[in-house]
Amino acid sequence: MITNKLTNLKPKCSCSGPSSTLLNTSMSINIQQTTAELGIVDHFTHLRLRLGISRYSKVDPGIYKVGNPDQDSLVFISANYVMSFNKLRNALKGMNAWIMVLDTKGINVWCAAGKGTFGTNELIKRITDVKLSEIVKHKIIIVPQLGAPGVSAHEVGKATNFKVIYGPVRAEDLKTFVNNGFKATKEMRQVNFNLTDRIVLIPVEIKMILKYAIAASLLFYFINHFGSNSNFINDVLIMLLLAIVSGTILSPILLPFVPFRAFSLKGFLISLIAILAYIAYAGLTSPYLVAGSILLFPALSAFISLNFTGASTYTSVSGVRKEMRRYIPFIIGFLTVGFILITISLVRGI
Amino acid sequence: MNNLYLKNIVTLKLDKEACVKCGMCINVCPHEVFELKNSKLEMINRDRCMECGACQINCPVGAISVKAGVGCAYAMIKGALTGTEPSCGCGDGDSGCC
Ligand code: SF4
Ligand code: SF4
Repeated sequence: MITNKLTNLKPKCSCSGPSSTLLNTSMSINIQQTTAELGIVDHFTHLRLRLGISRYSKVDPGIYKVGNPDQDSLVFISANYVMSFNKLRNALKGMNAWIMVLDTKGINVWCAAGKGTFGTNELIKRITDVKLSEIVKHKIIIVPQLGAPGVSAHEVGKATNFKVIYGPVRAEDLKTFVNNGFKATKEMRQVNFNLTDRIVLIPVEIKMILKYAIAASLLFYFINHFGSNSNFINDVLIMLLLAIVSGTILSPILLPFVPFRAFSLKGFLISLIAILAYIAYAGLTSPYLVAGSILLFPALSAFISLNFTGASTYTSVSGVRKEMRRYIPFIIGFLTVGFILITISLVRGI
Repeated sequence: MNNLYLKNIVTLKLDKEACVKCGMCINVCPHEVFELKNSKLEMINRDRCMECGACQINCPVGAISVKAGVGCAYAMIKGALTGTEPSCGCGDGDSGCC
């Protein structure tokens, strides 16, 4: 566990008697100490989350100390997803501050804000529960900007008197933001989707597709085995792998460099090039196999890329809906016809 | 980098008459959609809007309307198949969303 458990605000009186009951109720807020430095265990946890090995790693909701905060120290709000919390406390290195962790069911700030769990109600409830107005004298809370889709700053203000100030998108800009008197530059307010952002998403993309890829390989293998038992199966499996690599690895990496705005078209194009290159390289001449592969595999990559909209940081619901309406019929058509052609090729060895 | 998605499709609407130019929408928008130009609020990058809804919920006078949701195909397919409102798959531990 990342926290040194339960350091109470004031030492609890152990004597019994009427006064202690009184004292205990006013001191029943558990304040936990945390550190700004991330240890090896934290980095290991992050790696596991990135690789999609574990998805949930929760921090207990509540209030935490970084350093030695007092009644004038700043209050930062976080989600109880361990990576959100760790990035925040790491960004506060050298500061004395409070972190108030909301219960977002172990989900990161942005996703939780979209669902509303990182939201106005939870924020108001947590401010009341931890008795924030008794912990600090001021009336300012710093909420990550990516929490804004769930939080209505003026509603929180009305209900609690605490003024919500939206901090920068990235925790590493927090110090500059604070030092500049809560002013964020345009860059600090913008969500990017640069190469690193895209690359870290690849493992989860691969993990998602893995079981379907294995199922498809086995399906082709058996069709071939009980059919012509030809060498075409090798080509089919290699092209299947190419299609998956195109959809899960190449499309995320090449995303901004490929023409078209629709994700499925980007994936289709990348995969089509890869498949055509393989057909030429392997010298495939079977008309069924060639035609089937040109239809099936790029369409498969198109579908995988379409799913990458969810991981991207800039697609809108209306846009994705339009893209799906427009291209899913083609994808399904291509997949079906392509599959039939490849099956004929494998069954009859032509 | 300027990532752009489909043109002219988002549901974002701004009521300039109602706007009191508090700047909140500029603060919360992750894609620099709004800008104060000559003391007027303008949508300078409307096509970059991802319909996250942050501006709408944080506008104190309700001058912005947008149909917010998650731009995730996986969520929509799942929503269509299960007959529920599309929601990000984060909750079921099995998706690339977020
Ligand atoms: S948040 Fe609303 S009132 Fe404030 S500047 Fe934006 S549109 Fe105008
Ligand atoms: S919905 Fe989100 S992305 Fe669109 S304008 Fe509002 S804050 Fe910006």
